[in-house]
Amino acid sequence: MRDLTVHQIAMSSPGIGEAGRTGDWRSEFPVIIAEACLPVKSGRNTCQICWGHCPDNCITQGSPPTIDLTYCKGCGICVEVCPTDAIVMHPEAEYAAFERGAL
Amino acid sequence: MTTSVITGNDAAATAAKLARVQVIAAYPITPQSPVVEVLSDWVASGELPAEFVNVESEHSALTVCIAASTVGARVFTATSANGLAYMTEQVWWAAGARLPIVMCIANRAMAAPWNVLNDQQDSMSVRDAGWVQLYCRDNQEILDTTLQAYRIAERLNVPVMVCYDGFLLSHTVMPVDVPTPEQADLFLPPRTDPLQVVDPADPRNIGPVTLADPRADGAGVLRPGYMELRSLHHGALLDALEVIPEVDAEYAAVTGRAWGGLTWEYLLDDADVAVVAAGSLTTQLTLAVEALRAEGVRAGVLGIRSYRPFPVAAVRERLAGKRLAVVFDKALSYGVEGPIAGDLKAALQPLGGEAPVVFGCICGLGGRDVSPDDLAAATRRAVADLSGPRDRAPDWINLQPQGIPQPQGDPR
Repeated sequence: MRDLTVHQIAMSSPGIGEAGRTGDWRSEFPVIIAEACLPVKSGRNTCQICWGHCPDNCITQGSPPTIDLTYCKGCGICVEVCPTDAIVMHPEAEYAAFERGAL
Repeated sequence: MTTSVITGNDAAATAAKLARVQVIAAYPITPQSPVVEVLSDWVASGELPAEFVNVESEHSALTVCIAASTVGARVFTATSANGLAYMTEQVWWAAGARLPIVMCIANRAMAAPWNVLNDQQDSMSVRDAGWVQLYCRDNQEILDTTLQAYRIAERLNVPVMVCYDGFLLSHTVMPVDVPTPEQADLFLPPRTDPLQVVDPADPRNIGPVTLADPRADGAGVLRPGYMELRSLHHGALLDALEVIPEVDAEYAAVTGRAWGGLTWEYLLDDADVAVVAAGSLTTQLTLAVEALRAEGVRAGVLGIRSYRPFPVAAVRERLAGKRLAVVFDKALSYGVEGPIAGDLKAALQPLGGEAPVVFGCICGLGGRDVSPDDLAAATRRAVADLSGPRDRAPDWINLQPQGIPQPQGDPR
């Protein structure tokens, strides 16, 4: 008989990056335009609708919120729900330019 | 212990009650429906203190069982044929999640075309899904095996299908010795030690995405990759080769009845011709064997009780040195042969010259009658065919050529 105390089933402790570097799955990435973002414009801690809708918990609340692109799969739901069109999707081919701050 | 005269379906339901199942979810389908009807009556009357969850499909039925089993409940479901096919996705999930679910299958022919009668194509078609599959030859064995199934399932954390022939057993009444609740409790204590951790204070992802290779989870614990999990699951099925006979012996210690563990046999010791089958066919084969022995053919029955895991070592040991093994399959792997015949050939191959010749027969599809006389006649044909090629095509018993349309001339 085998030892049943070893990990016999697919199970894990919740944590960041649980399903691997899912950012690799992306074909487009989201960018927040700070000056269009409601909390930034209003100077109040408000909105955060993108944070509430991100299915992968990749968005951290803030003014503006921040997106963890290591794990963002690029689904674009944040773009759809943003009431001020402050988030736009860019083709993944532009990601290097984005990292250099040249986008 | 009391003796009741009950159907195979009643025997299955009675076993579920004796097992003190906590959650039942099943969708009715002929010939399994009476199992569900009886259990729902018992739950409604309070005779069985379980949750009976009404569902809109077999897929949902097994899904409910998966959820309840994940949080630690002892669960039961039952189905047949297209109902089993409809839940196939969850059949794989239940096994891969390593949940000790017990499901009775009243074996029925697969559609299309519609046919509610018996063969074993339904459960044979999911033989590779990672469940233990046990086949029963009479109603007593259905009750006893269903109780044993919980012990096997919970010891190994694998689901178990208890298969019995539709109508031939499901709707036929026989005397069945019903253990007392005290005996059943002695044999089958409450479920313990689930693999799944369900604790809000110590949360887990259950069944997360697994990648190709082992990987550390968020807490830094190295978790198996997909292939490691499959290897562990295969190991559990191999362990079942020991656990099934153990559990059968434990059951005998409480009730006085054992069923042979992995295989069952009749007059096999001195036989040089073995006839092999699973389910109620094996009972009929005992009559065929008696008739053959009266003619001087030394025949004996090897019944396959555990089809998954396949008892490779046991059949090799029992059939080594015999002249011929005739396999009667009530199912077909299209374009090849019957599933038991194929598995038996693979199991016997390492015996080399000590291996019997294996000839397959296809019988009983869609309820086609097959009598002990038919089985004896097919065995005689197989013995005669020993003078011919070893790759004989399967013998279709009682196939009626007049029922097969012949090519017609061009009507124009």
